[in-house]
Amino acid sequence: MTKALPPPTDSRRARAGGRGFATFDDPADALLTDAQGNPDFAAIQRSDDFRELRKRIAIFVLPATTAFLAWYLGYVALSAYAPEFMATPVLGVLNTGLLLGLLQFASTIALTLGYARYARRRLDPQVTAVRALTAEDEERG
Amino acid sequence: MGGNTTVNLVVFGVFVLLTLFVVYRAGSRNATASDYYAAGSSFTGRQNGIALSGDFLSAASFLGISGSIAVNGYDGFLYSIGWVVSWLLGLMIISERLRNTGRFTLGDVLAYRMRQRPVRAAAANVTLVISLFYMVAQMAGAGALMALLLDVHTKGAQAVVIAVVGVVMVLYVLLGGMKGTTWVQIIKGVLLLMCVSLITVFLLGKFGFSLSAILETATRQTPLGERVLEPGVRYGGSPLARLDFISLALALLLGTASLPHVLMRFYTVPNAREARRSVVWATGLMATFYLCTLVIGFGALALVGSDAIAQAPGGENSAAPLLAFEVGGAVLLGVVSAVAFATILAVVAGLTLTASASFAHDVYANVIKHGKADPRSEVRVARLTAVVVGLLSILGGIAANGQNVAFLVALAFALAASANLPTIIYSMFWKRFNTNGTLWSLYGGMASCIVLIAFSPAVSGSPSSILPDVDFQWFPLGNPGLVSIPFSFLCGWLGTLLSKEQADPVKQAEMEVRSLTGIGSGLR
Repeated sequence: MTKALPPPTDSRRARAGGRGFATFDDPADALLTDAQGNPDFAAIQRSDDFRELRKRIAIFVLPATTAFLAWYLGYVALSAYAPEFMATPVLGVLNTGLLLGLLQFASTIALTLGYARYARRRLDPQVTAVRALTAEDEERG
Repeated sequence: MGGNTTVNLVVFGVFVLLTLFVVYRAGSRNATASDYYAAGSSFTGRQNGIALSGDFLSAASFLGISGSIAVNGYDGFLYSIGWVVSWLLGLMIISERLRNTGRFTLGDVLAYRMRQRPVRAAAANVTLVISLFYMVAQMAGAGALMALLLDVHTKGAQAVVIAVVGVVMVLYVLLGGMKGTTWVQIIKGVLLLMCVSLITVFLLGKFGFSLSAILETATRQTPLGERVLEPGVRYGGSPLARLDFISLALALLLGTASLPHVLMRFYTVPNAREARRSVVWATGLMATFYLCTLVIGFGALALVGSDAIAQAPGGENSAAPLLAFEVGGAVLLGVVSAVAFATILAVVAGLTLTASASFAHDVYANVIKHGKADPRSEVRVARLTAVVVGLLSILGGIAANGQNVAFLVALAFALAASANLPTIIYSMFWKRFNTNGTLWSLYGGMASCIVLIAFSPAVSGSPSSILPDVDFQWFPLGNPGLVSIPFSFLCGWLGTLLSKEQADPVKQAEMEVRSLTGIGSGLR
């Protein structure tokens, strides 16, 4: 799998003091690490890049999870408490219940692929950006 | 059933020898703990996705669901929907975070920011209990299945079959560790999917590629008529039966992705992206599989008929084998039987490995040796545990043989949904969650499940109970999830608030950052 590159505007430099332009004299200590080079997790947790990552995850996962839980539990409740409705024929012998059941399969596949695509495009690059705050990817070449 | 016992035995023998050879080759360098527990995290997302479906799809899924669809129609289909939808939870909430945070077991994750020893002990207890219940159900199922497929009807001969299954599964684990076991899952997953999709394509072809035609023929082959396509055959009627059904659906939804042997699979890939890919693959494969069982179930009803299925030895479970014999004769029956046999072997091997990892890594290395165990002795303990777990499950399987142990499977899912899932959710998303809360939700979820099932109609007080002659039941539902899952969430919340212990903000930051980005885990 190809590794996503960090976004062209290096937000880390831009943020450090709000200078806008990075010069070669910039100290390397923009890294959020302690003296031994270990990541400073509390600082990372407070960083804008990490907050952005958390926000992007929440924007997708919260509504998606709520929606699929409601859709599945609603389907189960309809099967248990509205069997007459679920028995209504729609296409030949295919009734509402079977059709909604097949739709559950379809929606699961669609949401799975949707999440995979969203993660690849919006989450993975942001993870790379957060990881760039540390020496994580450098020390191992 | 008209099958040829010799053909079946030969096919089984070939499968066992072949897989043992693969396992031996794959696992000959199981030197380190990481090799034994997590196959050195060397599998790709696609391989692990196939292995995940191999690990998860038990004989209960294959024979049980297709049979249940053949007999109960729509209500059988409902199971498979729960099992497919539940993978979304594994995809979006669990897999990536678990891969980033832990190394080998669920205990790694739950104990991450808590006091190590009590939390690891609790996580291991829950894992061992779930694994043993699930394994006993699978082993007892193996006895019943072999009665059906090999025509062995005496209890003694079935006990021998169960013992053979147990010995082969322990051999897989000892020889192959996680790497060998994963290859068994992959082989079995591919065989199972090929088998069901071929039968499905054949059936569809026979009915002019029209699902409606199959459904319509099916309705004419059962006294239920059109009702077989409608909800309520199995779970309809009384308000309690409907509530029981909701409870089951909840446990399937929340339990699947928190089963210990499923969780452990996420450690066999190198990073979170591959963990995500494995769930994507697994979801696709399982959706395909369950769509096939829908066709196979109704196809069996259409071609074999409900009377023949009900009268066959093994009842519901015989629907798919009967169909195979009907459309492909003794050879196809032999193939289907071998696939079912492979399915049982692979699932119990995965469970044995999980149980042994949990005991050796959490209990031995971290609780007994305070995290200072020599990795070699840790692996030795894991192997020894695998042997003990194997023996226990053989004995349990023989004891439970012939009993109606389907409730044990439901119990395993309810346990995973009540003990594991709330604790995982809290420890990942609730900053204040502390050691006390972790222990309360793990033990509260587990105890409530076991107590409720012990006093449910599955154990006593009804003709289909394990103990039909005594009556100490007071909990009316066969599935405890509806009560035990909220109860466990409540326990975790109360346990946290009632303890003076403050959550460690430094470890919380570390866990949150690490779970979302992998920073600090050495993964990339």
